[in-house]
Amino acid sequence: MSNMTILNARNITNEELFFGHKACAGCGGSLAVRLAMKVIGRRSYVVVPANCMSAVGFMYPAMSFGVSGLCCPFASTAAVLSGITQAARQLGEEDYYVVGFAGDGGTADIGLQALSGAVDRNDRIIYICYDNEAYMNTGVQESGLSPYGTKTTTSPEGAKKHGANPIKKNMFEIVAAHNIGYAATASVGYPQDYINKVARAKAHPGASYIHVMAPCPTGWGAETDVTTQLAREAVDCGLWYLAEYENGEFRLNKNPKEFKPVKDYLTGQGRFRRMREQDFKIVEEQRDAMWAKIRKNWQTA
Amino acid sequence: MSRPDMIKDYQGLAGWSDVGAPVVKSGQLIETNAGWRTLRPVINAEKCVFCLQCYLLCPDGTLVKDSGKLEVDYDYCKGCGICARECGFGAITMEPEED
Repeated sequence: MSNMTILNARNITNEELFFGHKACAGCGGSLAVRLAMKVIGRRSYVVVPANCMSAVGFMYPAMSFGVSGLCCPFASTAAVLSGITQAARQLGEEDYYVVGFAGDGGTADIGLQALSGAVDRNDRIIYICYDNEAYMNTGVQESGLSPYGTKTTTSPEGAKKHGANPIKKNMFEIVAAHNIGYAATASVGYPQDYINKVARAKAHPGASYIHVMAPCPTGWGAETDVTTQLAREAVDCGLWYLAEYENGEFRLNKNPKEFKPVKDYLTGQGRFRRMREQDFKIVEEQRDAMWAKIRKNWQTA
Repeated sequence: MSRPDMIKDYQGLAGWSDVGAPVVKSGQLIETNAGWRTLRPVINAEKCVFCLQCYLLCPDGTLVKDSGKLEVDYDYCKGCGICARECGFGAITMEPEED
């Protein structure tokens, strides 16, 4: 980190490589893609599986990515990234980056085996998962990364049960368990932290993975202008964390002394509208258990 | 240019033989997003300290800092209001679009 320039709003390029897309106003996913593309730059290939970014970025005959990009089948993001890396190498190209943007479903559910394979082979790819906690592109269905109590069309609210039941799959640790060279979690609410993690992933010679929390105002039932604020609140109340995995060590980047109340964060969103006091308690218990483990085993800031 | 230009009056393809597959040039835009907007962000240049928080957080990249002064690209701004909400100096206000 010491020999790399720290990126900030002032020294980041003016060039927009994801521009004019048709994402909903206030889209967190498109913000994650835009910032990452600014860091990765022109010498890159982009792969997008079935998700919102392929729907809004590749609106034929418009093309919002300023670099070469292609849409691939849902399950194959990381496999296609590997293929492009090899093809570019065979063509004798140097100084290129291969980056994939998959959603939470395309990473944790459908694309998991391809990602696992690519990380295992340690191909030089950058895999960015933008996590909006459900399948938003198809109209909000529950995914493996939907947290407890999320209202989606496949986990509706009713008298007996409301919202998604399981805890959020721990995708970051699943990827880290492959002994990957560089993995990180980020949030669009902390953009500077995020762009610097993308820069580190770019500099890494093997496979790298970034899991970025990107709220979706449409699917989360929130106003369009609170996207980044919600992303920040999620970190501040302990329901998301900023961390890195490198050289076999987990490192926590932000260790809040006190958590903000989860209730304020949850009640601000339509998808948790049916949550009651006992639900807030369950969420808090899950959070505390997670943080106890993190603080015991990880390097803390 | 830091962002792609829009092709005005896009004529479409001459025929499928031109392409063979649905492939287009990178950064090709044929229409704006201005029609989506009901509120427009207006920057008060006196209050703006050029901290660029809004620039980082705009999902559409419609805040332009090229000239050393912050400007809004009203062709592509969708009026989400993140810039106004995140501005710590109250330098951006959301004003209703007329007509």
